[in-house]
Amino acid sequence: MGKRVGMEVAIASAEAAALCKFDVASVYPITPQSHVAEHLSDIVADGRVDASFITVESEHSALSSAMGASATGARVVTATSSQGLLFMGEVMPITSAMRLPIVMIIANRAVSGPINIWNDHSDIMPMRDTGWISFFADNGQEVVDMVIQAFKVGEDRRVMLPVNVNMDGFQLTHVVEPIIMPDQEEVDRFLPPYKPYAALHPDNCVSMGTLGMPEFYTEAQKSKDVALVNSIKVVCEVWKEWEQQFGRKYEPIQTYRTEDAEIALVTMGSMGETAEIAVDELRREGVKVGLLKIKLWRPFPFDDLKKAIKGIKVLAVTDRACSFGGPGGPVFSEIRSALYDVPKKPKVVNYLIGLGGRDVSVENFMDMVRRAAKGKLKEPYEFYGVRG
Amino acid sequence: MNTAMKNPKSFIESFELYAPKLATKEEFFVGGHRACQGCGEALAIRLMCKALGKDTVITNATGCMEVISSVYPTTAWRLPWIHVAFPNSAAVGSGVEAGLTALRRKGKIADRRIKSVAIGGDGGTMDIGFQALSGAMERGHDMLYVCFDNEAYMNTGIQRSSGTPFLASTTTAPAGKVVPGNQVWKKNLAEIMVAHNVPYVATACQSYPIDFMNKVKKAHKVKGPSYIHCFVTCPTGWRTPSDTCIKLGRLALETGIFPLYEVEDGKYRMTVEVPEKRRPVQDYLKGQGRFRHLTPEQIQVIQERVDIEWETLMIKMRCSRSKEELRAPRAK
Amino acid sequence: MIEKKGPETWQEINPGCMVFRKGSASEYHTGSWRAKRPLWENEKCIKCGVCYIYCPEGCITEQQDGFFDANLDYCKGCGICAHECWPGAIKMVNEEE
Repeated sequence: MGKRVGMEVAIASAEAAALCKFDVASVYPITPQSHVAEHLSDIVADGRVDASFITVESEHSALSSAMGASATGARVVTATSSQGLLFMGEVMPITSAMRLPIVMIIANRAVSGPINIWNDHSDIMPMRDTGWISFFADNGQEVVDMVIQAFKVGEDRRVMLPVNVNMDGFQLTHVVEPIIMPDQEEVDRFLPPYKPYAALHPDNCVSMGTLGMPEFYTEAQKSKDVALVNSIKVVCEVWKEWEQQFGRKYEPIQTYRTEDAEIALVTMGSMGETAEIAVDELRREGVKVGLLKIKLWRPFPFDDLKKAIKGIKVLAVTDRACSFGGPGGPVFSEIRSALYDVPKKPKVVNYLIGLGGRDVSVENFMDMVRRAAKGKLKEPYEFYGVRG
Repeated sequence: MNTAMKNPKSFIESFELYAPKLATKEEFFVGGHRACQGCGEALAIRLMCKALGKDTVITNATGCMEVISSVYPTTAWRLPWIHVAFPNSAAVGSGVEAGLTALRRKGKIADRRIKSVAIGGDGGTMDIGFQALSGAMERGHDMLYVCFDNEAYMNTGIQRSSGTPFLASTTTAPAGKVVPGNQVWKKNLAEIMVAHNVPYVATACQSYPIDFMNKVKKAHKVKGPSYIHCFVTCPTGWRTPSDTCIKLGRLALETGIFPLYEVEDGKYRMTVEVPEKRRPVQDYLKGQGRFRHLTPEQIQVIQERVDIEWETLMIKMRCSRSKEELRAPRAK
Repeated sequence: MIEKKGPETWQEINPGCMVFRKGSASEYHTGSWRAKRPLWENEKCIKCGVCYIYCPEGCITEQQDGFFDANLDYCKGCGICAHECWPGAIKMVNEEE
């Protein structure tokens, strides 16, 4: 049945991992993820989950030791943000290449230069190409649900890939939200024990992480790409099963009031909830506006996007990271590229918002929609609200 | 000419001579691997695996041994083996240990002790891998770390590492007209590990196979971290003939350049006796292409430093006490 | 040399490039690398096993009669065995002989 509690979202994400009965947690603290690390260690120290907690000496070692543990067949969870994610960046593509279904909880935080501990997506964007499945949560409930779903998706034999669950640092991690925490026996029914494809054990000798000469490397990469692309089927399957068991619906792109929309906002992460209010306000004024909330970032939901934009003439994509010197924010350029071959495609414009934790209000979203409708953007991508 | 004829009497009488036949016949690191002819590190790995036995999981840093042994779709290993990246074999090894411990405790795998052994070269241990090594050893994981030190980043082309000895010529600290090779003394990882309170630390060499295998067996028994620093010859990087692999390790010991000792619980003990009158360092340095630029004055500088390092070690041999010994008087 | 089947397709390649066939490196015969090969003179051999222990390839094994011989499929001709042999019972001879 689940229990409705008011819980800080970072704590709740650790509680969700506990419900999945992880075997090893290997975490290095970094603001704003620290509460996740601390609570995971509380859970282990109190014996609520029988696990090993490795107090690693860096994020690089956090993901490396997580890989070592996962390779023995253990269910592993880790967490990080920003600089930590970049530091373990070397190991990210190796985790997916070695097909180890580690779950990483990311408290999205701006990447340095200048140093900034507040929320944006510049940490996860450089990780787009590393072959991980990426979920984006809008609120505390979604964080909890997605952590549990992540284990099921990643460990599925048809997938065998690591999954990261993204929640906005401070804006989600440090707020207390009403969350329905599933019961242990509900999660046990949903998530079976982990049965690894291969495990490091003398009874079944395997060599993992071998040298891929040029004659094999391309085939290895294609194999990984196909696995990631095909995993969308498993994600949707798991989300359907979740809806049946828990009653909460998830889709790769959740649409809000897009049925007759002519203009739509696109968001990813907790700002979507503010955008929803802006959509309601604009609707009251008679603007035919809708909202697309991206929940599945990788594998990219091409089909869901094409379905969601039907009838829409202008798409105002909000990005919370800048791809410097590039064709625009990451979400914007991927959406534009995905729609290139669609015969009736909307005009796509780009706002970079909420960088480094800057607040974005309902009025800001309404302004973005109005100006996008009038074609009032001077540049291909606009740093929304920049002074000067 | 072979080194045996130098002192046949003592050697034939020595049990050590026939001990090779007592080592397990099973090969866990098979021929077909792509190591150079006369590779001391490949030999050391072969010996280490014999001493470890079947219930081991090996974690290997990027380096010579990893690339020559695991060319997809083949592997030279007959043990479970994992390679991830260059700086993290100690971290991955600690994760393997944590995973195996958790799974065994939860009854998900058989209730049998499987040792996690992480290996790396001097690059992957002393330089880029130093952070991970320090973290893994200080956290107290039940794992053994073996560093195979051939004194340079050999796999990438013989570049200088913190294990490169004074004045050795490497490709990034070459013996040039103005700067005659590496300008600093070799970093002593074994001492650093002793300072990490690692219960068992030892130095070893492929030229003393029985000593090395005994140390590996001893380290295996330790329920906690253990560290072995294994000095290995690289004919390619040191520019030496491939057949002098074993002889060079012996000369390193006999000159006092690389003594073989172990530190148990803080107490130092020499495991292979060095002759009372150590051989001059010249005997070790000559015949190695990486030292061929040395002048007699430079060799003298090296000799003096080796003498000082030896004395320092001898003081530790004489004065060190194990924590157990230090506890005893207080118990009274 | 064992017959090599053609390189795998992306569908056939093992996930993560894992190798399940332990010791499969033995399919690659490094014996073609050598310029010299070891020759045992059993009259001098004292059956100590030092050559066996010092071979980096692990290709020297004890034969039925207690003497030792190298598996020429893997011997790279490094000469360590000849150099270390106590009674000097091993000679390195040119590959052509």
